[in-house]
Amino acid sequence: MTTTAAYQVSHLDALEAESIFVLREVVAEMERPVLLFSGGKDSIVMLWLAQKAFAPANIPFPVMHVDTGHNFPEVLEYRDRRVAELGLQLVVASVPEALASGLVRESADGMRNRIQTPVLLAAVEQHRFDALFGGARRDEEKARAKERVFSFRDEFGQWDPKNQRPELWSLYNGRHQPGESIRAFPLSNWTELDVWHYIARERIEAPSIYYAHEREVIERDGMLYAVNEFLRPRAGEERFKARVRYRTVGDASCTAAVRSDADTVAKVIEEVAATRITERGATRGDDRVSEAAMEDRKREGYF
Amino acid sequence: MTTETNAEVGADAASARPMDLLRFATAGSVDDGKSTLIGRLLYDTRSLFSDQLAAVEAVSAARGDEYTNLALLTDGLRAEREQGITIDVAYRYFATPRRKFIIADTPGHIQYTRNMVTGASTADLALILVDARKGLVEQSRRHAFLCSLLRVPHLVLCVNKMDLVDWSREVYEKIADEFTAFAAKLDAPDLTVVPVSALHGDNIVSRSEKMPWYEGPSLLHHLERVHIASDRNLVDVRFPVQYVIRPQSTTVTDYRGYAGQVASGVLKPDDEVMVLPSGFTSRIAAVETADGPVPEAFPPMSVTVRLTDEIDISRGDMICRPNNAPAIAQDIEAMVCWMDETRPLQLGGRYVIKHTTRSGRAIVRGLHYRLDINSLHRDESAGELKLNEIGRVRFRTMVPLLVDEYRRNRTTGGFVVIDETTNRTVGAGMIVEAG
Repeated sequence: MTTTAAYQVSHLDALEAESIFVLREVVAEMERPVLLFSGGKDSIVMLWLAQKAFAPANIPFPVMHVDTGHNFPEVLEYRDRRVAELGLQLVVASVPEALASGLVRESADGMRNRIQTPVLLAAVEQHRFDALFGGARRDEEKARAKERVFSFRDEFGQWDPKNQRPELWSLYNGRHQPGESIRAFPLSNWTELDVWHYIARERIEAPSIYYAHEREVIERDGMLYAVNEFLRPRAGEERFKARVRYRTVGDASCTAAVRSDADTVAKVIEEVAATRITERGATRGDDRVSEAAMEDRKREGYF
Repeated sequence: MTTETNAEVGADAASARPMDLLRFATAGSVDDGKSTLIGRLLYDTRSLFSDQLAAVEAVSAARGDEYTNLALLTDGLRAEREQGITIDVAYRYFATPRRKFIIADTPGHIQYTRNMVTGASTADLALILVDARKGLVEQSRRHAFLCSLLRVPHLVLCVNKMDLVDWSREVYEKIADEFTAFAAKLDAPDLTVVPVSALHGDNIVSRSEKMPWYEGPSLLHHLERVHIASDRNLVDVRFPVQYVIRPQSTTVTDYRGYAGQVASGVLKPDDEVMVLPSGFTSRIAAVETADGPVPEAFPPMSVTVRLTDEIDISRGDMICRPNNAPAIAQDIEAMVCWMDETRPLQLGGRYVIKHTTRSGRAIVRGLHYRLDINSLHRDESAGELKLNEIGRVRFRTMVPLLVDEYRRNRTTGGFVVIDETTNRTVGAGMIVEAG
């Protein structure tokens, strides 16, 4: 036998192999999977891995975007181009349409993070999806640190954190009754830095807003928000130009930018490696509501 | 962005020594200082973020804790914070230039054996903590036993709170000797004992000056360098077929590839292989990934294997070698850890077993004994296994399973038991023998 030293893989190769295993496992065991694709870096990497998992065949499931109506145009453009390149079917679960039909009502603060959930669940029911791939990572947030790779949801789309299925070895249990579903998280064990190292290694194109650029912003609650049609300065808030980039891409009315000069992948990696603040802490107004904001949203069916 | 920039990064990454990945499970209670130890590892490797720390400090202050309670970092669920206990396995991540680490942080409470078993199932290494003032307690022995049952290849005992015993060599050696003797009985493969003070950081990242008598490595030094590559089984070729790739396209025709993750062994083009359960033989035409063909595949690679002959192969089949094959078995003897609080495992009980990529119905045909994990006493009169109990069970399966002993192969030797009426995962099994 050859020496074992030759048979080693890097941590990125190990993560890639695990993610591909999860993607294939879901497709093999579930009836109607769909991949949640926002154009954010995690969903971009997840889609890339899906392409690898089934090559040379096409990706055998559609993608879905939960569209809050508050979008960054660069991200929408990216989404449509990627979907066209891969010949995928795109399902758009539209919050503006749900507002118009009365399915949901605008919340008092104008944030649409919470009202996304019923819209997502209605689309899941309409298309009878039984497995949803999400790009969530366990390093993002402490409620997510306890979530399974195959996360069971009841017929109301709810997560019960105290009643999760034990997950051993790589044996994932996706069994469910009609109406129930599984959220599958192929990137569970990736960190923000792993994602960027992989984007660099695989030369994956990411939407331009992830790299440093000039933007008109205001400062609110210590965070920098872009001024756009969804977010107007309040009294006393001054607009100014700053060199920024986005660390996460979400609803344009509650996702903040960070000051940055990182205009290349290499510089982003350097910046992420040196940062002392988590990506959600730095950029998400919606997680600041309470200590358990994420857990509460997840219980209701958020991804 | 620009391709030039990406090329630069790619070149840098290629020249550097690649980082590998180590998964470890931690066991011990909050009282042993486990959260402090994890907090220390995260903090000293710059993996703990200032907003996480600020949030924990604010909550600690509001609750009137006398010091910043680092347990709040890992206790992420509302119920956990309210009750001050850890309910579930939490996964934590940190990295040094040498390695990326995944910690499965498991609760130490007695009622949560199932979490320890879950965390240990994928671990390369287990870290057990004891309080130097208390020495080994029942719980430490239980943790060590579970690690050996799950065949975690490396074990580290951290004798913590050395500052509270005046950095005493005698105290440390007494605990180390006692644990080493106990571990020998368990057939624990590789044991390292480190005296530490998680609170003050002694022997965590670098060697402590307070304990010049200790000549071993610091904890992080050991975690970074412990040799895990040879833990993998590279001898027995086992490739559970996960998914058959057959493109429905006009550009790629007649393609038939068997996708899966290598469980053990090394697969190369032109190797003679056998497919189970059919027993047909063929040769490997190519081992492929999306990036092209590869000269060989080994664990944990996810690849697609193509064969020279057209034979009927589907998910749940196993590719192996003609002279080295797993057993084809419907009678399975296994150590089972029961994980369901509502219904115990009972003789005659009907379940579904998921083993590699194959699932099928099974009946409990025998319960030989229940094991007392404190005394290792075997209770042969036991009629059932309740939550967190472990016993030796005989299953009869409806479809044959393609199995190896768990001690030889953690992937083809492990299975989960699923309750068909609730769809819950209710047990974990480690195959002792098949026939």
